Amino acid sequence: MGSPANDIDRLVKREYKEGFVTEIDSDTLPPGLDEGVVRAISEKKREPEFMLQWRLDAFRHWLTLTEPQWAHVHHEPIDYQAISYYSAPKNEDGPKSLDEVDPKLLETYEKLGIPLEEQKMLAGVAVDAVFDSVSVKTTFSEKLAEVGVIFCSISEALQEHPGLVKRYLGSVVPAGDNFYAALNSAVFSDGSFVYIPKGVRCPMELSTYFRINAMNTGQFERTLIIADEGSYVSYLEGCTAPMRDENQLHAAVVELIAMEGAQIKYSTVQNWYPGDEHGRGGIYNFVTKRGACRGRNAKISWTQVETGSAITWKYPSVLLEGDDSVGEFYSVALTNNRQQADTGTKMVHIGKNTTSTIISKGISAGRGQNAYRGLVKVLNKADNARNYSQCDSLLLGDRCGAHTFPYMEVKNPTAQVEHEATTSKISDDQLFYCRQRGLSEEDAVSMIVNGFCKQVFKELPMEFAVEAQKLLDVSLEGAVG
Amino acid sequence: MLSIRNLHASVEGNPILKGIDLEVRAGEVHAIMGPNGSGKSTLANVLAGRDGYDVTEGQVLYRDKNLLEFSVEERACEGIFLAFQYPVEIPGVSNLYLLKTALNSVRKHQGMEELSAVEFLKLIKQKIKLVEMKEEFLHRSVNEGFSGGEKKRNEILQLAVLEPSLAILDETDSGLDIDALKVVAHGVNSLRNEQRAIIVVTHYQRLLDYIIPDKVHVLANGRVVKSGDRTLALELEKHGYAWVAQNPDAAAAPAVGS
Repeated sequence: MGSPANDIDRLVKREYKEGFVTEIDSDTLPPGLDEGVVRAISEKKREPEFMLQWRLDAFRHWLTLTEPQWAHVHHEPIDYQAISYYSAPKNEDGPKSLDEVDPKLLETYEKLGIPLEEQKMLAGVAVDAVFDSVSVKTTFSEKLAEVGVIFCSISEALQEHPGLVKRYLGSVVPAGDNFYAALNSAVFSDGSFVYIPKGVRCPMELSTYFRINAMNTGQFERTLIIADEGSYVSYLEGCTAPMRDENQLHAAVVELIAMEGAQIKYSTVQNWYPGDEHGRGGIYNFVTKRGACRGRNAKISWTQVETGSAITWKYPSVLLEGDDSVGEFYSVALTNNRQQADTGTKMVHIGKNTTSTIISKGISAGRGQNAYRGLVKVLNKADNARNYSQCDSLLLGDRCGAHTFPYMEVKNPTAQVEHEATTSKISDDQLFYCRQRGLSEEDAVSMIVNGFCKQVFKELPMEFAVEAQKLLDVSLEGAVG
Repeated sequence: MLSIRNLHASVEGNPILKGIDLEVRAGEVHAIMGPNGSGKSTLANVLAGRDGYDVTEGQVLYRDKNLLEFSVEERACEGIFLAFQYPVEIPGVSNLYLLKTALNSVRKHQGMEELSAVEFLKLIKQKIKLVEMKEEFLHRSVNEGFSGGEKKRNEILQLAVLEPSLAILDETDSGLDIDALKVVAHGVNSLRNEQRAIIVVTHYQRLLDYIIPDKVHVLANGRVVKSGDRTLALELEKHGYAWVAQNPDAAAAPAVGS
């Protein structure tokens, strides 16, 4: 029998290797960032004039900003002039078939139950240009068009629906909101655009389609989702499978707008390359996600499962502007090896009778550092605002850390704000109990961790929830035994 | 089935078991009694293989194999079941899920087909009647928010589902009211058969009114100081543990009481 400390040691040593490929392509801008680059991006995408101006304004503002230093993360300074800001979507430089893909990566896909065609796509295998996705895409598009839902890339939306983009882009996350949001606004590559018309319940979860659509959106992703009055949409971002990715810095912006009586459910599973056990490589994920409940009874729910990236800096937030509007944040963040996560949410109560719920589950293993940072702000006109926050941390081993930074700013005496926080370890008693019933240590750890996350997983759409559980299993593989 | 010879064990360097000898055959029910700190629970934990209990001397044969070489889960899969004195809570994991995973781990180890969800549900609905538990318990998190009696019944439910060869009940009667005690005893009795051995660790003779043991052993200071049949438990009830110390089994533990 190994002692728990040894077991945790083995966890830390799980390997994750997928071979990053870097090749120079003629359709890639040289590294560096200046106004010329911003203009070039806009021009390559044949954007309307307002978009170019918007990007330039953002860029000029970005120049006046400095990187935020308050997050509980540490990394080498990023050289923004060493990054190439435009790379045309391409398939040619990937492996030619699955035979050329790292077997370990394939094994992971296998464990996650990813279909073969998707495996190829995720591994970056050059597939026939048409492949299944086109027919899938067509079927989806027809179904969505029937009810008037617009779902396309943001580049496409700028061509087809410039009015909508102009009206809403930056209306929740202004171009100059923060360092990374400003950078994104200046150079964003692509992303998704969704518009749900009044009273329409989107007939499907926007998921599989997205996966296919999302490839090659690059490192500065921009997403805009508008749910008009009384509509509903459930949007799934990301993928449980580790994606091949050449960009170290990711700075995405996601804006959600829910009008009166509308509901947006936004679920994320993020599993980008976390770096090796010494912290080398790995994605820096600096994301700005914010939703605005613009009308009465609007509701926005963020659910996230974050297991990847070397550094995660992410606070999906909700501005509760409309009376009786509701904001929710459900999060599981797992850090292992040298991973660092500083994540949480902001709930800003502006309207009357607004309600927010925050459930955050942080899991730290190895030398992982996991911080919850949350702000609950109740403005002076927000009568009867309610917030409930629960932040639980689970530690595996004794070299990791969990930190909780809850901030509250309450300017209205009728507000009710509750905060609960717990930190626990997987106890030897729990492990012994499960093993005495016949479970291997590894199965026991996975069962206990999944149990810890259940409150969040049950918020995920069914299919995603199953994937998320498998993902945790894979992420914790080698934890024991 | 189980043969314990001169077993010595320490916890954090303190010797607790100081030469236990015990023979348990299939079909038998043995009661192990003794005052607090006599080593009863230590013995149960050593047999289950818990970390932190170091065997310093002696051997334990289980079905003629050296039990001490097996990991905790191997022992479980080989048919050793420990009903916990303090059943552990596992938030977010449903009782049903733990039971199904446990049963299938054991079945897999024993070369049997794993049960499908449907087959398992059928089985569990039958077993749950044995301990008079409501089905809603299956869907609640393992032991979370259970009363003391519910936790112990839950242990017996697991016992009934896993059908081990050797069941060790560690103070299963502690904290039970008389009704719960009867339910637990009924569950255990219905699992008695020729192939299965049961070791009941208890402080009080009360449980033995309902689970009639074939043999009773009294532990004191890490040794079996007296063995006998059921009447020994009744004597103990009458005279208390001090009486054993004054009237030890000469053969079993000559040194005790000196």
